[in-house]
Amino acid sequence: MTFTDPIYSKARRDDSDRSSVPHDADLRHHRTIAVNRLQAALARLSYRSIIAFGYVLMLAPVAMILVMSFFQDEIVSFPPSGLTFHWYANAFSRSEFARGFLVSAQVALAAMIIGVPLGTAAALALSRSSIAGKGAINTLLLGPLIVPGIVAGTALYLFYLRIENALDRDVVGTFAGLIAAHVLLTIPWTVRVVTASLQGLDRAAEEAAANLGARPWTVFRRITLPMLRPGIVAASMFSFIQSFENLELTLLLVGPGKTTLPVAMLNYLEFRMDPTLAAVATVQIVIVAALMLITDKFVKLSRIV
Amino acid sequence: MGTLSLQGLRKEYGQSVAVERVDIDVGEGELVSLLGPSGCGKTTTLRMVAGFIEPTEGRVVIAGQDVTKMPAYARQTGMVFQSYALFPHMTVAGNVGFGLEMRGVGRAERDRHIMEALKLVQLDHLSERLPRQLSGGQQQRVALARALVINPEVFLLDEPLSNLDAKLRAQVRGEIRALQQRLGLTTLLVTHDQEEALTMSDRLIVMEGGRVRQVGTAEELYENPADAFVADFVGRCNIVKGTIEGSAMRSESGSLLPCRMEGAPANASVLALRPERIAMQPGTDGSGLTARIGAVLYLGAQTEYQLDLDGTVLTAIRPTPQDNDALRHIKTGDTVNISWDPAAARLLPA
Repeated sequence: MTFTDPIYSKARRDDSDRSSVPHDADLRHHRTIAVNRLQAALARLSYRSIIAFGYVLMLAPVAMILVMSFFQDEIVSFPPSGLTFHWYANAFSRSEFARGFLVSAQVALAAMIIGVPLGTAAALALSRSSIAGKGAINTLLLGPLIVPGIVAGTALYLFYLRIENALDRDVVGTFAGLIAAHVLLTIPWTVRVVTASLQGLDRAAEEAAANLGARPWTVFRRITLPMLRPGIVAASMFSFIQSFENLELTLLLVGPGKTTLPVAMLNYLEFRMDPTLAAVATVQIVIVAALMLITDKFVKLSRIV
Repeated sequence: MGTLSLQGLRKEYGQSVAVERVDIDVGEGELVSLLGPSGCGKTTTLRMVAGFIEPTEGRVVIAGQDVTKMPAYARQTGMVFQSYALFPHMTVAGNVGFGLEMRGVGRAERDRHIMEALKLVQLDHLSERLPRQLSGGQQQRVALARALVINPEVFLLDEPLSNLDAKLRAQVRGEIRALQQRLGLTTLLVTHDQEEALTMSDRLIVMEGGRVRQVGTAEELYENPADAFVADFVGRCNIVKGTIEGSAMRSESGSLLPCRMEGAPANASVLALRPERIAMQPGTDGSGLTARIGAVLYLGAQTEYQLDLDGTVLTAIRPTPQDNDALRHIKTGDTVNISWDPAAARLLPA
């Protein structure tokens, strides 16, 4: 609106006319409005700062890693004496990281491929069938989320040793042992996410398919599964990430030549403390973020999490 | 198209009985509606016909074949769901073609049938859309086409109009009825909306508490209800409890209401009187009863009057009076003289 607008200027004139005659009630009224506005603005400000604080709290460590990976000094200090790509070069030249990355990716992929169908089947059984003890089974399946990773890892390690004795074959330090352990990580996530999408699924669509002549297996393949796709995609991504970045559960189960990336990073840390790890972590963060963005293209993550 | 026959159908869930001994026959090309309040067992009955629920007792016979033990996918029924239940990940053509695909119809022939069915509901120009890109009315028509294209023996409609807005509902109601008559579809319609049932059906079945209360045409149910529940559920009705005194009924508050005695059942305990059968005159003169106007509700073409007869409340609905009508200026608190043809006031069991 411009000042030449006749209505606007008239309104302003009216305003000044009124204020030229002091009016008690009027003044009080204006003051209350002003106070109310101030309170609303303060409330808005504090609300926003709480949110901002939350974001800072979550993102600060990530940002720090990213920044530190470019610091020149071997011992991290502020301010850095210079910036460099040296640590990235170092990370890429060390074979344990490249190998670790490959092992992690393979294990995560395998765990995802095995775990997601298992978790989906469990979710279907839990929400569709009338088996006894559903609550207990549900809690059991979510167990790996509750038990600390290092405890579960130790338990698995001891369990694997017994299997080795019984079968007279290596289990600890093998791919199979590692993948089996990581499948445990993928199941709770899959059960949770797929159960959520099953609850949102219109069962009438399945009935409609049956009404049109589809047998139960066809209904599942052609109707149920495609309708669950967003949930399954999200579950796959979560499973992959859970496995890819797991350290505690994995620690005791890796063997020579089959070290995952997080374990390789921890091993490196035993001897040196330079920003190479920050460089590796940055690469890892970028990969995970890219995965999330790609998944988000197919499924809006905000709808599931 | 075939016939549908339900024989002594019964469904128990543990202790509670959802459907009790229902016998229904739907002739070829006939539209029969199951009308009743929610929880009356009408949807359970329909789902037993479709094969989604197995009856505890009784038989479902479609086109002369006993299908009681047959799974849903093997029955030749075409159902339109309340939520439409379209497959969200398939196009309109994919949805309509699904049933044909399940029947092993080849691609070329399938496409031809799909387009025919979509033309029938005037949606052939939207065949490549996804359901979420369609309006509610269009989705509903896709659901119709999908159920019709498989050429079912029986057509099942589960509250097909309840998700449409009022104006569209009246239009689609007419369209479905026209389509049903033109194609001679044997149809079972479930609804809780009496207007829908009255305007669309050849015959209606009023259900309540899992039982069939009455079967008949719209006129039969409206003019000749079997009991107070049917009278009240089909159309509007004044139901007054009381005791019979000579050729009238003494209401609980003491008013003596004239009624028809011949043909009254022995267990009659209420008087049923349609609101449009009550005539009114201003003032207290006349041979009828005196009532006080409790409220005047203007409904456009009609006006509704709440009448208070010393504690007995009746509703009258009259065409809205014109300027020269004596009733024109009647208002709350006025006294009027009311009367009705005693033959219009029926005695019914509760």
